[in-house]
Parts: sequence; structure tokens; C-alpha cells
Amino acid sequence: MIKPKNIPLSAILFAVFFIFAGISLLINFKPGIAITKNFGLFSIQMLKVLPAVFILIGLFDVWIKKETVIKHLGKGGGIKSFMWVFLLAAPMAGGLLPGFPVAYTLYKKGARLTVVLTFLGAVGIARAPMVFFESAFLGWRFSVIRIIASIPLVVLTGITLGKALEKNKYTLPQKD
Amino acid sequence: MYILYVLTGVAVIISFLANRKKTKKALIIGLKKLWKITPPFISVLISVAIVLYFVPDNMIIKYLGSASSSFGVITGTMIGSIAVMPGPIVYPLCKILLDKGVSYTVIAAFSSSLMMVGIFTFPIERTYFGTKFAVLRNIASLFTALIIALVFSLVSGKLL
Repeated sequence: MIKPKNIPLSAILFAVFFIFAGISLLINFKPGIAITKNFGLFSIQMLKVLPAVFILIGLFDVWIKKETVIKHLGKGGGIKSFMWVFLLAAPMAGGLLPGFPVAYTLYKKGARLTVVLTFLGAVGIARAPMVFFESAFLGWRFSVIRIIASIPLVVLTGITLGKALEKNKYTLPQKD
Repeated sequence: MYILYVLTGVAVIISFLANRKKTKKALIIGLKKLWKITPPFISVLISVAIVLYFVPDNMIIKYLGSASSSFGVITGTMIGSIAVMPGPIVYPLCKILLDKGVSYTVIAAFSSSLMMVGIFTFPIERTYFGTKFAVLRNIASLFTALIIALVFSLVSGKLL
């Protein structure tokens, strides 16, 4: 999502915005001052939370490695593989998009479609960095309620959809 | 807020006692990620500051709803399914909306569908898993988001 090529664009945007804010303050341009106040308020709110969240994300990154969990996932069926799937999804960063190739790799390594689908669901709802942000901004109660409500739904839809697809002999398209 | 810093402090101390080198690496990784997210972050804050100046609070409430209105939930789910936003930007935005009076239920519908349903990522999902898989997974995720919202509408006021 963040590419080097769109940094200059944001730099221009910042420059324009800060000049606009400065002029607004100088000539007492009311809408400009209101917008600047909005921006300042939001920024302070973010600054209070972000450093701690990113330290937690860094720690998570260092201590829990994706590769270790994949090794444990194996071909084994049963309820255990669904637990591992959540452990594997937790350190994922960046949302669904980077989740697709990982899910595809799982399938290639012999994971069942039910497991692949549950993994994609878990990537959506239970990534640790995301939960850090969520609980920091919306409160830990929000996160706990959301996760408790989501996990059974994700496992249930993963199993139902996966079983239905497997019954119809569904195969994934061939990729290199 | 304080819990977050206490938790972070404890985590850093435990990590430091276990392995100094790893902890240092963790802090550097965290700072690098923070630095990387800063430009898009400021862009979003600027945009939100401007948009919220022109969109009055009562209009936000009208479309997203302060009560657990199904209209607000549906609007939130629709926006969430279409939009693509990284987590570090989603939740601050949710917090701003929450402060404007949007209900937890609508926030849950919006953030859940945002995380699980992807209309823009659909073409990529399809090349990996095929059309049928991608369509079914997205539809199932949409309903999951709605059920999560339903759970929030049942518990809000009691637990939130």
C-alpha cells in the first residue's frame, strides 16, 4: 500500500496543507483555523497511542515467527489444525492481500480447503497488530467482544464452505 | 490508554530480560514500521480534518446512526466492503467516528467488513483460489460482519 513513488505526492500535500494552515492563522481565516484545529486534535490523539502500539508490533514480529507455525501445521487433520491456523494468522501483517499467497502455500503443502478458508477468516479478524490498534483506539472490551463473536463464525463458515467445495471436487486454479 | 503503556512496558522488560539483542531488533522494527506508515497517516488525518469540517456531525449521525439502526449498519458494511484501508488508519478513523456519536454496532460492522470482505482485492483472490471460492468466501464474510454487528447491538449498553 505504501510505495516509494507516492511519498513525493504526500510531501506536496503536507506542504500545501501547512502553508494553508499558516496563512489561515495569519489572516484569521475561520474555516482554515477550524480545519487546522481538527488536524491538531486528531494528531495528538494518534501520537498518544501509536508509539506503544508499534513497540508491541515490533516485539511480536521478533518473538513469533510465521515459519515456525507453518512447520507445525502439517497435514494433520482434526481440531488442532484450526488452532494452529489462528496462531499462524496472528503475526500476519497488512490484511487479506498478503494473506492470499500464504493461504495458497498452505493449500499446496497439503492443508484442506476448510483450513485454508478458516485461515483467511482468521487473517481478517485476529491479526495481532490489528488487535493492538483496535483495542488502543476502541477499548479492549470492544476487541474482546468482537473476537469472541468472530472466532466461532469464522471456523463455522470455514468448515461449511470448505466441506461444500470439497464435496464438489473443487480444485484451485493452477499457478506456477 | 494507561493499560496500553503498562502492557507495553511490561512486555519490553520481559523481552529485554529474555534477550537483549532481540528486544533491540524489535524496537527498531517497530520504529521503522511507524516511520513507514507516517506519510499515508498524515495524509489521511489531513483529509479527515477537511472532510469533517464540511460534513456536519448531524449528517454523519444521519447516515451512520447513533442508535443501532439497521440503516447505519448496512451503510457501514457497504463502505467497509468497498474501501481498502490499512489497520493503522482504520481504527483511528473509527475512534473519530465514535467520538462523533456513531454507535459501536456500526463501527463493528464497518471494521469487520473492511477486514474480511474485499471487492478491490477480489481479482487477486480469484487468480489464487478461483471465482467460486472467492465469491463464496466474500459472501460468507459479509454475513459474518453483519452477525458480528448484531452481537454488538445486543451487548452494547450492557458491556460497552
